[in-house]
Amino acid sequence: MVTTWNLLGTVARRSTDGIYLSNWHTTVDKGKRSVMIIKSSDQVPRATLLKRFPVPRNFGVAPQSRIGRGETWPAPAGAVRVKSFEIYRYDPDSGGNPHLDTFEVDLDDCGPMVLDALFWIKNKVDSTLTFRRSCREGICGSCAMNIDGANWLACTRFISDLATPATIYPLANMRIIKDLVPDLTHVFAQYHLIEPWLRSKTPEPERERLQSPEERNKLDGFYECILCFCCTSGCPSHWWNGERFLGPAVLLQANRWLVDSRDEATDERLDGLEDPFRLYRCHTILNCTRTCPKGLNPGKAIANIKKMLIDRRS
Amino acid sequence: MVNSTPKRTRPLSPNIQIYRPQLTSVLSIANRITGVVLSIYAVALVVWLMAAAAGPHAHSMIHVFIRSWVGQILLLGCTFSFFVRLCGGIRHLVWDAGYGFDLRAIYTSGWTMVAVSTALTVITWITSIVLAG
Repeated sequence: MVTTWNLLGTVARRSTDGIYLSNWHTTVDKGKRSVMIIKSSDQVPRATLLKRFPVPRNFGVAPQSRIGRGETWPAPAGAVRVKSFEIYRYDPDSGGNPHLDTFEVDLDDCGPMVLDALFWIKNKVDSTLTFRRSCREGICGSCAMNIDGANWLACTRFISDLATPATIYPLANMRIIKDLVPDLTHVFAQYHLIEPWLRSKTPEPERERLQSPEERNKLDGFYECILCFCCTSGCPSHWWNGERFLGPAVLLQANRWLVDSRDEATDERLDGLEDPFRLYRCHTILNCTRTCPKGLNPGKAIANIKKMLIDRRS
Repeated sequence: MVNSTPKRTRPLSPNIQIYRPQLTSVLSIANRITGVVLSIYAVALVVWLMAAAAGPHAHSMIHVFIRSWVGQILLLGCTFSFFVRLCGGIRHLVWDAGYGFDLRAIYTSGWTMVAVSTALTVITWITSIVLAG
């Protein structure tokens, strides 16, 4: 049995089913977890020698992407518990470069999650702060952003887990439309490339296409992807080869269709993936598995695809 | 032709400039960097062998350099890179076989790689110092 705290603060209990959920959301015994051995991706990164790779701040950054200093918005008078947030801002209408604004948030007036802090800032301080959001419960994938250097969903990250000052950037290596809103056209186009729908040669049956429970279990760990692109945005190989490398999210979904027993185009799918760039730019860096907000394992899925390609050669 | 202002290219959000170094990415880049470093050391190895074959004078020159503090630091770097790459290579082979992908295994194997490569470097150096006298 696993205890989880939902956004309304009440306790929900649900039974764990499936091996992939067994370590998930054990927030109850937070104190006992080791800082060194990460068992589940929802553990906030703590042990670190350096907060960022030792490269110059504007290393290899195009002139229009260089980040400048922004404004500081102080906390309202009388606020007791205050936390600083440094947030990436970009206004396409201003013609300027992106900059980093510092907001001081009154934590007593604000909900516990990073998304609550963003709403507090938007409602009480600067209404031009722009970000995507929808479900506020970690299932839609809209609020994916880079919080304290790691990609996660803003609605499921506790403010108390953040450093001071907390740094919020949009998803890494994405073209930015405004503030924290990335342009996901390219990654969705890559998703379209793998044809994420059932392909069959046999005619449609009158009822559903039947599947045994064992066959259905093979989809566990793959179908739950919410396409937030935290993994793809955190993959260094996608940073350097994002034009042609598909990235962990898309490859996880490619695997989802490959292992689906009802899909009959397995060979054609594998043919499409067998490419030095589309699949084989993956060098098992495994940032994807570390950062997935749903606890999925894209690294393992990609290894499975590679294995399927080798198996069909023999 | 519509008279419109030219479209500005959207800025790219920072990637390596702000992304947190995690065990996963750090060990991966360490594996790559040690690979490059070892290829340079391979050239140095060839130079050393040629000096050894050339005769006592050439060999003693190289020997003096290696015995100096600069040479010792480079030698330490060489042995450490070698063991990091060795352990990282084994870790990669295990992944290629399909094992060790859940997060706990990734982190356990990662820290093991760090510990074992450090230990092997230390053992090698202590052994060689003892043997050399």
